[in-house]
Amino acid sequence: MTDIQYVAPSTLDEAVGAYAAAKGAARILAGGTDLLVQMRAGMVKPGLIVDIKKVAELSAIEKTPEGGFRIGAAVSGAVLEEHPTFGKVWPGVLEGLNLIGSTQVQGRASAGGNLCNGSPAADSIPGLVAAGAIATVQGPNGRRNIPVEQVPTGPGKTSLAPGEILVSFTLPPRPAHSSDAYLRMIPRTEMDIAVVGCAVSLTMDGDTCTAARVSLGAVAPTVLLVEDAAKALVLTKLDDASLDKAAAACSAACNPIDDKRGTIAYRTKVAGVLLKRTTAIAAERAKGG
Amino acid sequence: MATVSMTVNGKSVSGEVEPRTLLVQFIREQLHLTGTHVGCDTSQCGACVVHVNGDSVKSCTMLAVQADGSDVTTIEGLANGDTLHPMQEAFRDNHGLQCGFCTPGMVMSAVDLLKKNPKPSEGEIREWLEGNICRCTGYHNIVKAVQQAAQA
Repeated sequence: MTDIQYVAPSTLDEAVGAYAAAKGAARILAGGTDLLVQMRAGMVKPGLIVDIKKVAELSAIEKTPEGGFRIGAAVSGAVLEEHPTFGKVWPGVLEGLNLIGSTQVQGRASAGGNLCNGSPAADSIPGLVAAGAIATVQGPNGRRNIPVEQVPTGPGKTSLAPGEILVSFTLPPRPAHSSDAYLRMIPRTEMDIAVVGCAVSLTMDGDTCTAARVSLGAVAPTVLLVEDAAKALVLTKLDDASLDKAAAACSAACNPIDDKRGTIAYRTKVAGVLLKRTTAIAAERAKGG
Repeated sequence: MATVSMTVNGKSVSGEVEPRTLLVQFIREQLHLTGTHVGCDTSQCGACVVHVNGDSVKSCTMLAVQADGSDVTTIEGLANGDTLHPMQEAFRDNHGLQCGFCTPGMVMSAVDLLKKNPKPSEGEIREWLEGNICRCTGYHNIVKAVQQAAQA
């Protein structure tokens, strides 16, 4: 049995220092819903566990001076759900995060962990990509900001450099009549891994869509930002022809695997179907808000 | 090894654990409180649900060192002597179990539900218990038990 150490620093500098000094032998512990399972299964054998839950900035939910939100990387889905306004502004981001696991898992699991785990099927990530969220990371060489869609680079892999820790997500301020939605296709009703996930963020002016971002999960090695689908929606009334075009763009963006959950053909088709359904929900919410 | 101290069912306890030790292992193997069960070991089945600082947690999702200094309640801490907790009473009255393996976790989850939502609908009960899996498919009577406890 290998030795294993545990540290729970209260500052980010200490956390980065410990994480970087371990040179790849360390793992970050946020909610633990991936890491502890992977350790029990023998998939990872860290020499050091850096628990980041005691770093205040990583557990904070704040409004930015610009009027957006900054969400600490270790904030759990249950805590975000209890925030008085976040779910009204970003219902799609919240519903993606709280589709993960069960009640108790939602009490521990964070969007930051979901991103760093690097699953192409991560339910909270399409919503953040559609939101245009920026990830802030800190490492031995300081801080940098990267769009969320540039963090995952493949199943289980991220663009974070050695020693870098994900600190927070910054979501932009919302124009009036904007909203978002997330839908995933699973064969059961709960507690399953997405066959396809789709997030849509829209701004409406009356019946006209004036801004859109579309993201797909579980259809490629990483969560995708589908700019062609968004282009097909902007400056339309979300009529059938525009939705067909956006759905086709979603299907065209797919590069999925065949597995027990769904075939390539099925995932590719469902991506387009979900685009239409998700857009309808986001538009309804945006018009109401 | 690390030293952890916490309050479990109102009693101060401490022990030496490896950092990798799960909270559920500490509870079962060092405190010998074996009412908390291990089912899947992967945070899915809910047999290991306990309360940590008042919230229900799957105790296989948490390291014992993370629970250092916290207040933990297990299934053994619910009853008051020979008087069962109203939720335990309701599970008995409604036959909310068959083999009983999932029951400690079900009861601990259900107690947390009623604390947060004292009058849940049937749908809300079923949704809350989505992370507690009953192998005997006894959900119907479990839901009835929670409904009865909510009226108690």
